[in-house]
Amino acid sequence: MSMWEYAPAPESRDVANLKPAYRPFIGGEFAEGGGEPRKTVNPATEEVLAEVSTASRADVDTAVKAARKAYDRTWRKLPGSERAKYLFRIARLIQERARELAVLESLDNGKPIKESRDSDVPTAAAHFFYHAGWADKLDHAGLGPSPKPLGVAGQIIPWNFPLLMLAWKVAPALATGNTVVLKPAETTPLTALVFAEICQQAGLPPGVVNILPGAGDIGAELVNHPDVDKIAFTGSTEVGKQIQRAVAGTRKRLTLELGGKAANIVFDDAAIDQAVEGIVNGIFFNQGHVCCAGSRLLVQESVADELLAKLRARISTLRVGDPLDKNTDVGAVNSAEQLARITELADSGDVEGARRWTSPCPVPDRGFFFAPTVFSGVEQSMRIAREEIFGPVLSVLTFRTPDEAVAKANNTPYGLSAGIWTEKGSRILWTANKLRAGVVWANTFNRFDPAAPFGGYQESGFGREGGRTGLEAYLHV
Amino acid sequence: MSSATLPVALADATRDDASLRRFLHGLPGVDQVGVEQRAAGLGTRSIKKAAKLWAIDTAISMVDLTTLEGADTHGRVRGLAAKARRPDPERPDTPRVAAVCVYPDLAAIAVEALAGTGIGVASVATAFPSGRSSREVKLADVELAVRSGASEVDMVIDRGAFLEGRYGQVFDEIVAVKAACGDAHLKVILETGELVTYDNVRRASWLALLAGGDFIKTSTGKVSPAATLPVTHVMLQAVRDWYEMAGERRGVKPAGGIRNTKDAVKYLVAVHEVAGEEWLTPSLFRFGASSLLNDLLSQRRTQLEGHYTGPDYIAE
Repeated sequence: MSMWEYAPAPESRDVANLKPAYRPFIGGEFAEGGGEPRKTVNPATEEVLAEVSTASRADVDTAVKAARKAYDRTWRKLPGSERAKYLFRIARLIQERARELAVLESLDNGKPIKESRDSDVPTAAAHFFYHAGWADKLDHAGLGPSPKPLGVAGQIIPWNFPLLMLAWKVAPALATGNTVVLKPAETTPLTALVFAEICQQAGLPPGVVNILPGAGDIGAELVNHPDVDKIAFTGSTEVGKQIQRAVAGTRKRLTLELGGKAANIVFDDAAIDQAVEGIVNGIFFNQGHVCCAGSRLLVQESVADELLAKLRARISTLRVGDPLDKNTDVGAVNSAEQLARITELADSGDVEGARRWTSPCPVPDRGFFFAPTVFSGVEQSMRIAREEIFGPVLSVLTFRTPDEAVAKANNTPYGLSAGIWTEKGSRILWTANKLRAGVVWANTFNRFDPAAPFGGYQESGFGREGGRTGLEAYLHV
Repeated sequence: MSSATLPVALADATRDDASLRRFLHGLPGVDQVGVEQRAAGLGTRSIKKAAKLWAIDTAISMVDLTTLEGADTHGRVRGLAAKARRPDPERPDTPRVAAVCVYPDLAAIAVEALAGTGIGVASVATAFPSGRSSREVKLADVELAVRSGASEVDMVIDRGAFLEGRYGQVFDEIVAVKAACGDAHLKVILETGELVTYDNVRRASWLALLAGGDFIKTSTGKVSPAATLPVTHVMLQAVRDWYEMAGERRGVKPAGGIRNTKDAVKYLVAVHEVAGEEWLTPSLFRFGASSLLNDLLSQRRTQLEGHYTGPDYIAE
């Protein structure tokens, strides 16, 4: 062997306990939905994984009624310490079934098992643990003497982190005494429906959590349902705007976590090798399907050539392929439509004159894959610098001075996250103060913790999830 | 090692004390959290089957089988040499180790015992392990090793001088030792456990490379912590960057504390993914170890035979 080829180390897919059919979860029971059944596919192989019965408009009404009944009769009346017990139980069950959930998530979503196993599922459990701790301490959260829940929360989550986004939404809602109707994304409903099993296992009272697989029309029905008190949405800016229009003028509360085009700023005194790692993690984590992905790299001109050379060398070592292989760094794009969107936007980079570099890594013939790509010579006016690509595509811009870095970083309709790389503490604080972004990471990227609030500015949405601030979004304060 | 002409930036770095200091302090910093995360992440690569067997054989061929005890005897060195020649007598296809590493007064014994095998004899020198002696004594130590026939010299740097910022003195000493080595390869031991910070490790690595060290080596094995994965990452980055700038490849040798196959494979993954696959050869990467070889041999048998063999089946 002249070169070291790692042998494939695939995780057994049997661990996922994949069933041929999945059904909506309403009022504590799985029932056939009234909508058109959908097939959910494995994006890495394009094979059909399971048939999923979806909700109809009537099912939305049934689910909201079930949630209202559970809210009025049991959940709101329970002492916080009792709610905490359920949340702790759910958290422990997620841990117990961690491997099953991780494999199922990788099958359904296409993300590498390394990430679903080491990041998604443990962080999801952590959110339930964290919020369980808050359930009996809401009076002391600094949100008023006795904050009250809102009622029924309608929650709509995206396909990039199916289980984790569920945890971000369900855990604070339940901890604060709300009941939920949740609609997972149409391409990735499976882990949410296994989560429904976990709710049953935990003995959660019927109706407290309801899960309705379906497409955008079911989401719209949920948003427009008159008996929903709160809408929490994570997804595209376009749909977020539609929801905001629909909710305007009603009493419904709204939080939106939308797109992003985060600036990752590398100053000339940064620890270059670790900055390279952070850039790779920032844009290639989860195939770049991250709303806070560091998709706009801003490099100080004096180190740009050196950094880019190192970055390309590093990216060349990323292994793209079977998401279930433990050695895979970059998995599959979630759907054919998304792959087409990434391809189209990347092509616009060529047309507008940016220089494309693509990793020489081998890419599987089947499935939806996009090789890690870096555009250099990008200007602020180009589409690849302004529009969210939501894929493994990095746009590299340069700057000369810290002021210029801040100006370029802020020159975006979005404002979800940003990264700063410098060895100088004062420069970190100076820059962070000037950046308009919900999260600013210094000398790291894509770090998530249930205790840290997350949310955006401008077209990246409003409201915060996580931390003490995140509780506020589910309480009358 | 071919010595290409150094580019201006590197040649200038050693012009005087001040420029050497400016150069070393101008190197990019190392972020502790970041490098440790990267090392931990790479440590989770799953290496199985053919890839594992290849890694085991490669690791065996990279071992500097070492004994550095006050109680070393001629007999012990001969025993080690026999082990180096035929690591697993029942499996003659087992690769030989790269070298046997001993104190300079025992180098001649090792040379004699290994004559004609192509296995190197490495000798520690320069008042190993503390490096606390006069320049004359250190050079005499090196001369003894070379005169005894050692093909590789493992020197220690003066950590006191380094920590005091007397980089020029450390540089001069390495240059002098390199000259005294003649044809022998020079491995420069940084004793990273005493340098403590990753920034220091990076500076010391560059200092050793500038002074002509053929290898940079983590530790003597006498100080804890000895070799660690993150430190080795930083050193691999240094030789990779050196290659980018100077066009020649220098080697890295983690030493001390690497006891089992699992750890050794993690180091090889780092070599592969941090420096590049060109470094996956005994001429550019070595393990300084005494007990690692036996675990490699037993794992090798496990891979080939499909079951574990007890320690008594591996010759000590």
